[in-house]
Amino acid sequence: MCLGIPGIIVKIDDHAKKLATVDVSGVRRQINIACIVDENHSVDDCVGDWVLVHVGFAMSRIDEAEAAQTLQILTELGEAQAEIEAMRMSSVH
Amino acid sequence: MKYADEFRDREKAQVLIREIDKLAASIRVGRTRPIQIMEVCGGHTHSIFRYGLEGMLPESIELVHGPGCPVCVLPMGRVDDCISIAEREGVIFTTFGDAMRVPGSKKSLLQAKATGADVRMVYSPMDALTIARKNPDREVVFFGLGFETTMPSTALTVLQAEAEGIRNFSVFCNHITIVPTIKAILDSPDLHLDGFLGPGHVSMVIGTAPYEFIAEFYKRPMVVAGFEPLDVLQSIWMVLQQISQGRAEIENQYARIVPTAGNAAALAAVTRVYELREFFEWRGLGSIDHSGVRLREAYAAYDAERKFAIPNLKIADPKSCQCGEVLKGIIKPWQCKVFGTACTPEVPLGALMVSTEGACSAYYQYGGIKRQKTMVPA
Ligand code: SF4
Repeated sequence: MCLGIPGIIVKIDDHAKKLATVDVSGVRRQINIACIVDENHSVDDCVGDWVLVHVGFAMSRIDEAEAAQTLQILTELGEAQAEIEAMRMSSVH
Repeated sequence: MKYADEFRDREKAQVLIREIDKLAASIRVGRTRPIQIMEVCGGHTHSIFRYGLEGMLPESIELVHGPGCPVCVLPMGRVDDCISIAEREGVIFTTFGDAMRVPGSKKSLLQAKATGADVRMVYSPMDALTIARKNPDREVVFFGLGFETTMPSTALTVLQAEAEGIRNFSVFCNHITIVPTIKAILDSPDLHLDGFLGPGHVSMVIGTAPYEFIAEFYKRPMVVAGFEPLDVLQSIWMVLQQISQGRAEIENQYARIVPTAGNAAALAAVTRVYELREFFEWRGLGSIDHSGVRLREAYAAYDAERKFAIPNLKIADPKSCQCGEVLKGIIKPWQCKVFGTACTPEVPLGALMVSTEGACSAYYQYGGIKRQKTMVPA
């Protein structure tokens, strides 16, 4: 119940009630988008948004830049480990 | 699925495990007890078992599975209340599937359905409202359940019912709130936690500010964490970094979903519809002040508690149940006397065995039994 699932908003069904259709891995259903709409992001702006869907409500827009940054930290960590490993190997000689 | 694969990368997990090993070893020096990190949220408990993350960690780290599974902390008396509503003439009782099999003192909702009550499983409170629209001569009750993650969806559904003037819809509100619960855990003398994984989806609604007291007054680190394997491992690594550097801060690993300020629209709906209860009864944990919400007077017409006479009896858990001790992390699920024998997912005795987010069910389904056999209880 608490896990939620990512999906992409494909069309707006009802502007006044803030209802839209979401596609979750090919399965479509109607969800409420009231929580991801504000003065900077209109109902129509939501089409194409990747969102996290919980019990029929879009609760958050997935932030691509933040996702990339989180993964970047891990990539750098891996590169640093490889480098340290290489240094250790070379210092044996 | 968006970002699921990226956050399941094995190589990156290996990198993190190596860093965790190093940090744990350095923190370990001079300590006599393990480093205890509590994952507050049942979603994390589920991920930890599903991906076998605990087994990848060094032995000096112990993950304590917290009370963050709303189904698991539902007291028996509340289940009885649901059944008493569901068995009324003319009522359609709607609920999330997770709650169907939670045992009450006499039966579960599923058993009530088998004996004639009109209990229907819904995916969303909006589906319950649709049922109300289609059945104007019936009373449709939605079982509102969950932490701040699901609180806004119930609130928005009530507001929608009001806007449409639907009168045969009401909510049996059992929504609970996480912050007083974390405080109760921190005040519990049985526990000596070193840090927390913060609940990812609760935080996407409330933001990170409400946790500041954990760092400020209790001097414990918390990292708000996502639910994929890399999210959980990275968050553990971040908690360990804080411990080793002597810091206690609230950090956010799950920034792709959790904005620091939370979700303004969701919070506005929550404040409009609910008020805090003086206290709320939790299974295994007892009564916790201000840990639940009810509908405000203005929405009394949508409040099942006001609409129907509800027995509201306190029912003690069966004696053999040790759910409370498991919820507080004092014992591990497999140390409960009835684990895997009198209590299994098919025939659950306690709620922790019902939900896939419950620690007992997670242990049972993902190799818990094996662990029970190979490990000697402390
Ligand atoms: S095994 Fe069953 S009774 Fe024991 S703690 Fe777990 S859910 Fe409760």
